[in-house]
Amino acid sequence: MSIKGKGYIVGAYEHPTRLATDKSVSQLHAEVAWGALQDAGLSKADIDGYICAGDAPGLGPLNIADYLGLNGLRFLDSTDVGGSSYLLHVAHAIQAIALGRASCVLITLAGRPASEAMATGTAPRTWGVNVPDDPFEMVYGRTVANAYAMVAMRHMYEFGTTSEQLAWIKVAASHHAQHNPHAKLRKVVTVEDVVNSPMISDPLHRLDCCVITDGGGALIVASPEIAKSLKRPLVKVIGAGEATKNQAGGYIDLTYSGARFSGARAFAEAGVTPSDIKYASIYDSFTITVLCQLEDLGFCEKGKGGAFVSDGNLISGVGKLPFNTDGGGLCSNHPANRGGVTKVIEAVRQARGEAHPAVQVKDHSLVLAHGTGGLLGTRHGSATLIMERE
Amino acid sequence: MTPAADRKLMAIQVDPTNKPYFDAASEGRLLIGLCKDTNKHFFYPRGCSPFTLSPNVELVEAKGTGTIYSFTVMRTKEPFSVAYVELDEGPRVFTNIVDCDLDALRIGQKVKVVFKPTQEGSPPATMFTPV
Repeated sequence: MSIKGKGYIVGAYEHPTRLATDKSVSQLHAEVAWGALQDAGLSKADIDGYICAGDAPGLGPLNIADYLGLNGLRFLDSTDVGGSSYLLHVAHAIQAIALGRASCVLITLAGRPASEAMATGTAPRTWGVNVPDDPFEMVYGRTVANAYAMVAMRHMYEFGTTSEQLAWIKVAASHHAQHNPHAKLRKVVTVEDVVNSPMISDPLHRLDCCVITDGGGALIVASPEIAKSLKRPLVKVIGAGEATKNQAGGYIDLTYSGARFSGARAFAEAGVTPSDIKYASIYDSFTITVLCQLEDLGFCEKGKGGAFVSDGNLISGVGKLPFNTDGGGLCSNHPANRGGVTKVIEAVRQARGEAHPAVQVKDHSLVLAHGTGGLLGTRHGSATLIMERE
Repeated sequence: MTPAADRKLMAIQVDPTNKPYFDAASEGRLLIGLCKDTNKHFFYPRGCSPFTLSPNVELVEAKGTGTIYSFTVMRTKEPFSVAYVELDEGPRVFTNIVDCDLDALRIGQKVKVVFKPTQEGSPPATMFTPV
C-alpha cells in the first residue's frame, strides 16, 4: 500500500512575523492555523485530525488543540524529530486519510526563540531529562553549531570541499531572499562576505548559519474528495520517506545523512528520479546541511556537492536546481528553530505557481521538500516529500 | 596559536546504569562497552548492546589512545575544541581536545586520554590531548 495520490496539501500559511514580542507561542499556533484555513477555504469544523511537535507547549494535541478549540478530533500525532517533524507529519496525515481515520488534518508549528533571546546554535541545549547521551556529550559543550561543524570538517577532509563552495549556498539563498519582504536578511551577499564573516565553529562562519526567528507556519492535508471541492491549485503528495541516523554505538560516519534513506524511499514511492525535480526545498540550518542532503538525495554524487552548489547552480533562473526560493532558513525564517514547515510551504507555493515572480520556477510540476531535525553530527531525523501539481 | 581554554565544566548527570563508567573515570581509567555476542566494542557505554539489544554486555578498559576523526574549534571568548576521537578499539567518542594549540589540530592526529575535573561531587570528564 502506498500513500501516493491519497492526500493533497490544501492549505499552507507562513506567519509574516520574525519577531513576536507581543504574542504568546500558543497565539502564534492559532494565527498560523487560521491562516492555513483561510488559504484552503476551510473552516475549523472541517478539521478532524491535528498534528504538532515539541514546539507546541504542554502536551500539544491536548493543550494546543484546546487553545485552538479543536473538538471531535479523531486523529492525533505528536511525533517530534526536531525540524524534520512537519514533513513526516504530512506523510502521517496521509496515512491516516488513506485508512479513513481522518479527512482533513491540521499541522502547526510556532515559537519565539528570538524574543526569548535564545542562543540557538552556540549555547548547549538538551531536549529533556534522563536523556542517555547527555552525560557523554553536554559536558563537552555540545551545541548545534559544533555538531554540524564536525560534519563540514570531515566533508572537507574526505572530499576536498571548500569554505567558498559552502558559501555559494548562502549566496543563492540571499539572491532569493531579496525578493521576500518578510525575510530577516534581504541583502544579497557574496562568497567573500560569507568567508570573511566571523568564524563561529570551524569551518562554519556566521553566514554559514541560519537565522534565529519567531513565527511559525501551518499546513492542512486533506483527502482527494475535499481537495477537489476547494478552489485552490491541487498539490498532490506522491512520495514520502522518513529515517533516522544515529551514532550506531560509536561507529558514526559523518559523511552522509539520513536523507540517503528517506530520499530513496520517497523517490521509489513517487516513481521519479532526482533529475525530474525542478525545485527543491532543502533544510538549511547551516550551509553544510544543504550540501550533505543534496548529495544524499541523489542530486549529485557523494563528495561532489561542493562543485554542484557553486557558481549559482541553486539560484532560480540561473542554476539547474533552484532551492529555497523564499530565502530559506539561511536568510528568511527558521521559526522555533525548526525549519520543516517553511520547507513544505515554499514547495507548495512553487507547485501552485505562487512563489514570487522573480523566483518562480517555470513549466514544472514536481517539487521536493526535505528536512533534517536534531543534530547532523550526533543523531537526527530525516524526512522527504515529493509533490506534484495536478 | 590559540591555546585551548581551561573551561569551567558542568556537573555530569550520573545515573544507576552509567555509574560504573564514571566511577572508573574518577580513578583515571577509561572504560568502553563490549558486546559479548558480537565481540565488538561500543560507546557510549550502556546496559544493552547497540548492535543486538542483548543485555550480554560488559565494561572493559580501553587503551586510552586514538586518532581525531573530526573536530571543530568553537570561537567563543574561551575557545575550545569539540571532537570525535576514534579509539584504537574502534568506537568514536564525542569529546574535547585539550592542553593543545587549537590551530594545530588535524584530522588523523594521534591523541591520548586525560581526565579533567568538573564540579565538586561530580566525576571528571573524559578528554583527549595530542600525543
